[in-house]
Amino acid sequence: MLRSVFSLKNRPAAHAIRYLGLALAVATAHPGFAQNTPLISGGAGFFTSTDSGNTNYLPIVEPLLAAPLGKHVLVESRAALLESFSPNGGNKPGYNHMHSIGLVYLQGDYIASPHFTIVGGYFLIPFNTYNDRLTPIWIGNFQDVPLILSLGILSSGSGLGGMVRGNAIARNKYTIDYAYFYSTRSANEQFSAHRGNGGRSTLYLPEQRLELGLSYDRLLQGTHENFYGAHAWWESSDTGFRLRSEFARGHHAQGYWVEADYRMQAFGGADSVIGRLEPVFRLQQTFRRDTVVSDGLPPVNTQRADFGLDYNLPHNTRILTSYARQFSATGDHNVWETGIVYRFLFPAWKGKQQ
Amino acid sequence: MSARNFVFGALVLVSVSVLAVAAQQSGAPQAKPFKDPTRSQSGQSQDDGQRVFKQNCSRCHTAPEGFSPSISGTIVRHMRVRASLSQHDEEALLHFLNP
Repeated sequence: MLRSVFSLKNRPAAHAIRYLGLALAVATAHPGFAQNTPLISGGAGFFTSTDSGNTNYLPIVEPLLAAPLGKHVLVESRAALLESFSPNGGNKPGYNHMHSIGLVYLQGDYIASPHFTIVGGYFLIPFNTYNDRLTPIWIGNFQDVPLILSLGILSSGSGLGGMVRGNAIARNKYTIDYAYFYSTRSANEQFSAHRGNGGRSTLYLPEQRLELGLSYDRLLQGTHENFYGAHAWWESSDTGFRLRSEFARGHHAQGYWVEADYRMQAFGGADSVIGRLEPVFRLQQTFRRDTVVSDGLPPVNTQRADFGLDYNLPHNTRILTSYARQFSATGDHNVWETGIVYRFLFPAWKGKQQ
Repeated sequence: MSARNFVFGALVLVSVSVLAVAAQQSGAPQAKPFKDPTRSQSGQSQDDGQRVFKQNCSRCHTAPEGFSPSISGTIVRHMRVRASLSQHDEEALLHFLNP
């Protein structure tokens, strides 16, 4: 189940490179201001996963481009380039490999007012938190995405159409932000999307460092289905402890995950040898509501516990290790994972000095 | 799989949470905000920007270690859209990243 989110996007490389090139051309057509030079960011990683005795290898690069145009527009895009190696089945020696290059999103943002941003293009579906906030490889604490990720993200994880988002209310004590999208159906290889609409609203209490949100969306093609989501995040203001959780309910299944991580700042600060250690833990359960398995969740009720230990090396490099035990009626199994991720961030070109 | 296994898992999660917070509170002095009457407006903006960063950006990710000042405005605009920052927070964050 290595980075299963990417297996949804196995598309010809030529199209992806063409679209990314188009985005770059649009971005570079406008001279950058000081501080507003287009940037190239992203992550490069190498992951291994041993599941039931079979080891898979996954080198991956996720470049991200962000380019401001004028004072109100931002063009941004992220792609994923990967090559996965997995053992041949049927007692045959050697490995099989598969490559994939695909756009994750390509969107234009117009900041219309302090509370209102219009997004157009191919965007990440704003359902719960994981899909549009935690999927970059340089952010996630674990290699594997949660079991319930596929609920509410309309299959591909991205929508083609428009979205409005922003903060509705911003006070010192609390903020409320929102996102509403409409996506049309697209069978294009690079812009695969389902017709649907929905949104998310989030309340954030800065003093308590508590975030609570509700999500809803509806699939508007084939059998119309509703998806409901809720999330709660909390982090301690004076420790390196963080707790994240999500619940999602679909027509045929539902589930939740809870993830805790702790940066050991008590032993010489976050940048000390000990402080760079980051124990992480995730607990998740999925429940089938009927026997129709069309949502990407396991076919039977499943429980899983992940124990991880990450290490944040200097120079934006991170080592991820984890052990997981997955329990279900079809059999229990172990998953061992290791990986290393390097995050890069630099200007697309040398910007003008102010 | 029995329910007992997951009760155990839940207990581990709670234990880790409690121990982590307890260890931090006993092991390190807590930073206390204070008012410095000599603090300049620029210094206050820095604090404001740091607060915005801690409350918004670091909710999802750690800060990258160093980047060119020429992209600080682009980073902030990207964050404004991603994190739905207010205009005030955007300005404070920009000042924090590029004082």
